[in-house]
Amino acid sequence: MTTMTKTKPETASKVQAPLAVLAELSHRCPLQCPYCSNPVQLERASDELDTQAWCRVMDEAAAMGVYQIHFSGGEPTVRKDLEDLVKHANDIGLYTNLITSAVLLTKERVEKLAEQGMNHIQISFQDSEAANADRIGNFKGGHKKKIEVAGYVRAAGLPLTVNAVMHRQNLHHLEDVINMAVELDAERLEVAQVQYYGWALKNRAAFMPTYEQLSWATEVVEKARESLKGVLVIDYVVPDYYARRPKVCMGGWGRRFININPAGLVLPCHAAESIPSLKFDSVKDHSLAWIWENSEAFRKFRGTDWMPEPCRSCDRREIDWGGCRCQAFALTGDESATDPACELSPHHEEIFGLASDEAHKEPPPFVYRKIG
Amino acid sequence: MSARVIIASVSVPALPRHVKFHFNKQREQWVILAPERLLVPDETSVEILQMCDGKASVDSIVGKLVEKYAAPHDVILKDVMRMLQDLADKGFLVA
Repeated sequence: MTTMTKTKPETASKVQAPLAVLAELSHRCPLQCPYCSNPVQLERASDELDTQAWCRVMDEAAAMGVYQIHFSGGEPTVRKDLEDLVKHANDIGLYTNLITSAVLLTKERVEKLAEQGMNHIQISFQDSEAANADRIGNFKGGHKKKIEVAGYVRAAGLPLTVNAVMHRQNLHHLEDVINMAVELDAERLEVAQVQYYGWALKNRAAFMPTYEQLSWATEVVEKARESLKGVLVIDYVVPDYYARRPKVCMGGWGRRFININPAGLVLPCHAAESIPSLKFDSVKDHSLAWIWENSEAFRKFRGTDWMPEPCRSCDRREIDWGGCRCQAFALTGDESATDPACELSPHHEEIFGLASDEAHKEPPPFVYRKIG
Repeated sequence: MSARVIIASVSVPALPRHVKFHFNKQREQWVILAPERLLVPDETSVEILQMCDGKASVDSIVGKLVEKYAAPHDVILKDVMRMLQDLADKGFLVA
């Protein structure tokens, strides 16, 4: 997520409220994308928070000064109470965004969501080419349905973001993906290169592009940004495996975003459950404000005190906030280690050399996402 | 396919339906909210945005500012146009 904001100076005693809540309403999803950002251990439907609990949590978020709520999943439209949740969020002044695969949506439901105050809809696309897109999501007819629903979204007067997850098995279609977004009359396109944790890490060799493929993609995006200025906003997320410095993950741990999983556990980021040592608090036991300030999982990597060297004395420590903790754990086994995306990490060369080797070999078959 | 919005002095700027310009009481702060975007405008920008109501033209907005700040018309016009074009290019403004 991109934010441009000036904030008041922070003091040690007062933690600033998050800007946005990511509400993962359900881990259920008709698609099985092998790069899903959900944890490998998925929550079941019977454990999901009910309507009342979500409304109470939204009230607490608004009272903290949160601006935006992203309804996400899994697939948020599996929830029959989505319309009620959107209405409630809108009533209390939260900016509402739906992050959806779109395959379960109908024209009537899109219209109803617009009526209830939905501000924006983001639809994920697996490719611009139907056959390959359906293969990646493992859902026949999915791509065609997404195109239809994108039309309903625009017809209902709602702004549309096309979220295209890109990798070595569709990157060569990038120019077509950009054209598709323009044809769908999207306001915004997210060219999101796969980020490698959870399911995506299991499938890394199937998705990792080569450095050359990535450089070509960056050039394509830069050209399109220039030629489509004022027509289409393009956000571009690069995989940090080929970077020299880590990404500013989530705008810094416990600084900008708060993620609530389907069962009510509050996480600093959607992948945080991949770190086994972290203990999470639930909205069933505490208020959101209490959790944000006091929950051990948030305090552990907030700020710069937790940092090892070379991070601790690095002049970028308050720029990238130490990068991604989930990646540090996944690749080094130590969640406090320097993010291996940083070239100052002792693991950088070995790990990213390995990934680069994978990118040059035949891609292995997908391990599809599934519950249980 | 939509085309780039070009701001001229006769343009009548407004915020599109999906862009919310509102005052956050908890933070005592004006913000512009758009999909995955958050802008905290400075005082001057807030003043200009409050006049972008879909009725006032850029010319009349500039006129009011010239009067209020007793500043040269050309300078204000240039600043306002630059700010509005920038917002339009980010998708925060229609005209």
